Amino acid sequence: MTAILSIMLAVILTNNYVLNQFLGICPFLGVSKKIDQSVGMGGAVIFVMLLATAVTWPIQKLILDPLNIGYLQTIVFILIIASLVQLVEMTLKKYMPPLYKSLGVFLPLITTNCAVLGLTINCINDGYTYIQSLFCAIGAGIGFLLAMVLFAGLREKIENNTGIPQCFQGIPLVLITASILAMSFMAFSGVVDGIFG
Amino acid sequence: MSKWQTFSKGIIKENPVLVLLLGCCPTLAVTTSAVNGLGMGVSTLAVLLCANIVISLLRNIIPSKVRIPCFIVVIAAFVTIVQFALKAFMPALDAALGLFIPLIVVNCIILGRAEMFASKNGVIDSALDGLGMGLGFTLALGLMGLIREFLGSGTAFGIEIYAQTGITPAGIFMLAPGGFFVFGCMIAAVNYFSKGKAIKKREFACEACLLADSCQAAATGCEGKEADA
Repeated sequence: MTAILSIMLAVILTNNYVLNQFLGICPFLGVSKKIDQSVGMGGAVIFVMLLATAVTWPIQKLILDPLNIGYLQTIVFILIIASLVQLVEMTLKKYMPPLYKSLGVFLPLITTNCAVLGLTINCINDGYTYIQSLFCAIGAGIGFLLAMVLFAGLREKIENNTGIPQCFQGIPLVLITASILAMSFMAFSGVVDGIFG
Repeated sequence: MSKWQTFSKGIIKENPVLVLLLGCCPTLAVTTSAVNGLGMGVSTLAVLLCANIVISLLRNIIPSKVRIPCFIVVIAAFVTIVQFALKAFMPALDAALGLFIPLIVVNCIILGRAEMFASKNGVIDSALDGLGMGLGFTLALGLMGLIREFLGSGTAFGIEIYAQTGITPAGIFMLAPGGFFVFGCMIAAVNYFSKGKAIKKREFACEACLLADSCQAAATGCEGKEADA
């Protein structure tokens, strides 16, 4: 139990996938212009991360490892994630239209999101058990959502600001804002070790 | 477009990182030193070149409906080869780049060039395009790695520069916030020296990204919902 909690807290705060490990920067910068947009994206990411980990972990342990073809990991994982996202999209469209309406538009964006592939590979590399991997996935998704929503809030404030030098307008200013947000997340370092010793 | 233009556009005019803003994740993550940045750049260059050649050769065979999965398989195969080569010949670099080697698969520069260029052009043009874009990526990453290494640990390519002067390097440049900050400043510098031309380019640079359609759909979808409410 303590192990699970410390894994989750670590990926939400200290090892945040976006702000600390630089995974999933494209959607972080691209879909964070408005808060409701970023909530939708974050929700979709939690969902896909959990599903992808739930499927890739058994495949690695039950198929790739026993057959000694671990080197196919990259190819197998990316294909599984891509087809999984397609499948989820079709299922949601058919059976859960309200959910599809709120998450559906974000799903294709996640197929080639490096945070999802990175997470599935990380869970294997760190030697997590199945349960730990699932909670790590949920934590990573929540961390992504948290970073997205905080950042979208900041961006709504700076977007209409005047008096910014022309060369800093747009992406450069957004990146420097992200730098300050990342710095504030650094304040959490040590918190997890402090709690769980 | 002449062969020279096909090759050279990726290096400065359409630099994938600094002008088109593609492949941000590895750019930010691995540039803690110039050597790491260059290593990542060369690995990506190799994958990009091989993938562009193979996809260009297969462009008339791959059915357009399943082209994206096909591109991904080709790219993933070359990434696996690079991964093995690094593990065998440069274990130190492999350890430093870590997770970001398998993640070359989802680097949008490679998929973007496959979709935008290699699937529509001949082998020689595609190879030149891949080489140019890869060099542009390598240069941008090497430069950014050099800046961060110089500010963050006071060295350049591992050689001490100002250790004797008593100035303490600002270690934060090696960490996440420094990455975002240096990248932002570099893009601002590009904007400044191109006198705004690069900014204009960026507005339709989204076309180079495979996700552009979905990104826009997501944005307009949200606006539609607001209008409903």
